[in-house]
Amino acid sequence: MSKTIKTPFYEKHIELGARMVEFAGFAMPVQYSGIVEEHRKVRETAGIFDLSHMGEFFVSGADAAYELDSLVTNNVSKLEVGEALYTPMCVEAGGIVDDLLVYRISNVEYMMVVNAANIEKDWKHVKKFLPKTVDVENRSLETALVAVQGPLAEPILEDALGARLNELEYYHHMYAELAETPVTLSRTGYTGEDGFEVYVDADIALPVWDELYDLTVEAGGVPVGLGARDTLRMEMKYCLYGNDIDETTTPYEAGIGWTVKLKKPIDFVGKKTLVKQKEVGVKRELVGFVMTDKGVPRPGYDVFSGAKEKKVGLVTSGGYGPSVDRNIGLAYVPTELTEIGTELHVEIREKRVAAEVCDTPFLKLLG
Amino acid sequence: MVNIPDNLSYSETHEWLLVEGNVATIGITDHAQNELGDIVYLEVKDPGTDVPTDGEFGIIESVKAASDLYLPVGGKVTEVNEAAVEDPAIINKDPYGDGWLAKVELADPGELEKLMDAAAYGAFIGE
Repeated sequence: MSKTIKTPFYEKHIELGARMVEFAGFAMPVQYSGIVEEHRKVRETAGIFDLSHMGEFFVSGADAAYELDSLVTNNVSKLEVGEALYTPMCVEAGGIVDDLLVYRISNVEYMMVVNAANIEKDWKHVKKFLPKTVDVENRSLETALVAVQGPLAEPILEDALGARLNELEYYHHMYAELAETPVTLSRTGYTGEDGFEVYVDADIALPVWDELYDLTVEAGGVPVGLGARDTLRMEMKYCLYGNDIDETTTPYEAGIGWTVKLKKPIDFVGKKTLVKQKEVGVKRELVGFVMTDKGVPRPGYDVFSGAKEKKVGLVTSGGYGPSVDRNIGLAYVPTELTEIGTELHVEIREKRVAAEVCDTPFLKLLG
Repeated sequence: MVNIPDNLSYSETHEWLLVEGNVATIGITDHAQNELGDIVYLEVKDPGTDVPTDGEFGIIESVKAASDLYLPVGGKVTEVNEAAVEDPAIINKDPYGDGWLAKVELADPGELEKLMDAAAYGAFIGE
C-alpha cells in the first residue's frame, strides 16, 4: 500500500470535523455535518467541495487539438479558447477508459481533467496513443481544485473576485485572480446546480480555499463531502466512473451518445466499434428507476423484469435521493425495458422489490 | 459529545435496551446513529417472530450503507416502532426516545447480565 495522499486542504477538513475516507489513494472528506443536510444546502444555497484528487493533464503543441480528437469521442477541434467540453475516452472495443473534461487553455494548450481513480491508467493510455509531436504533462498532484456549487455560487464567486460573472457561460472558463492568487475558473460542476470549479496550483491554494469557504458559509452554505457529491450527481443521472460506466460499457449504452461525434473528420480510438453499435443499436441501456415499494437499491443488486422471473440487469448506482425524497437508482436493462413506467424488480436481500423506470434527471419526480 | 443514558443496558453491537419486567425496548445508541449518518430505511422482523440470542432482528440503512441489527438477548418481537419505519430520520434525531426500534419479550432475562452499563459502554466506544 502506498501512502495516502493529502490534498492542500486536508488540515481544514480535520479542523472542520470531517469524516475522512481513503478514496483512490487520497484522504478525502466523505461528510462534514451529514450527507442529507449537505446535499440540501447545495440545492438551496451553496456548498464548497475539495476536489483536489481529480487528475489534470496538460497537452500542448501545434497538433494538440488534432491529436486529442484522435483520443476522445467528442469534438475538441471545435473548442474555442475559454471553452470546455465533457467527453468519454474509449478503448478500441468501444468501452470507456474514463470520462473527462477538456479545457482549451490557449491556442495550443489543453487541460484534461480526469477521475482520481483513473489517473495512472489514463496517463498510460494517453502516452500510448498521443504521438511525440505533442507535449503531455501530468500535473495532477500539483493542481488543487475547489468547487462552489448551488444557486448562490455566482454571488459568492463574484464577491471573491470583485467582478461580475454573468457573462461567463456554462462550460466556459477564464483566468482570474482570487485571494491574490492566479486561478482558472470555470462554470462547470457535477451537481445539477449552477456552480464553478476553481483550479489553482496546489502550493499556493490555501488562501483560495479560505476565501471561498468564508464566503460560502457567510451565504448560508456548507462544506460538502464526497457522500453528498454522489447523491447530488445521482439525482441528475450523471455517470460515475467505476459504477455506471467502465471499459465494459459504451457511451451509447450509458446514454451519453451525444458526446460521440462520428462525423468529426478525425478517426478516434473506438470509432469502428461505435459506428457499428450506432448502426445496429444497443441491446441494453442505462436507465433511471425509482423504488415503488420499500427498499434501498444499492450498486450490484440484481434487476428483474416486471414478471419477477427473469434477471435482466444490474443496479450500478442507487440509494436515497435527498431532494426527491425517494429511493432511486441507475441500472442497465435490455432496450425493450427502458420505456418510462416499465415495471422492474430489484432484488434486495433475496426479496424482489417493485420499482419502475422513470424520467431523468430524477428531480423531475418533484413535478 | 455522545449521549449515553445511565438507565439503559448496552451491547457491543451498539444497541440499547430498556427493560421493564420481561419486556425490553430496543434501539441503537447515539454513537451508532452518529457513525451511520443519515438513516433512510428501517426494517424490523414482524411481531411474533422469535429471534435467538445475537440473532438479526432487522436491517437499518443510512445514505451510504446497510447494517444488520442484532438482538443481544433472545426473545420474541412483540411490537415494531412503525413511526420509525415510516420516518427513519427520527432514529438520528432521538435514538433513545421516539427513535426506538422494537419491543421484545425476553426468553431468559438472566441474559441481561452480560450487557454493559453506561460507564462500560462509554469505555467500550472510547468516550
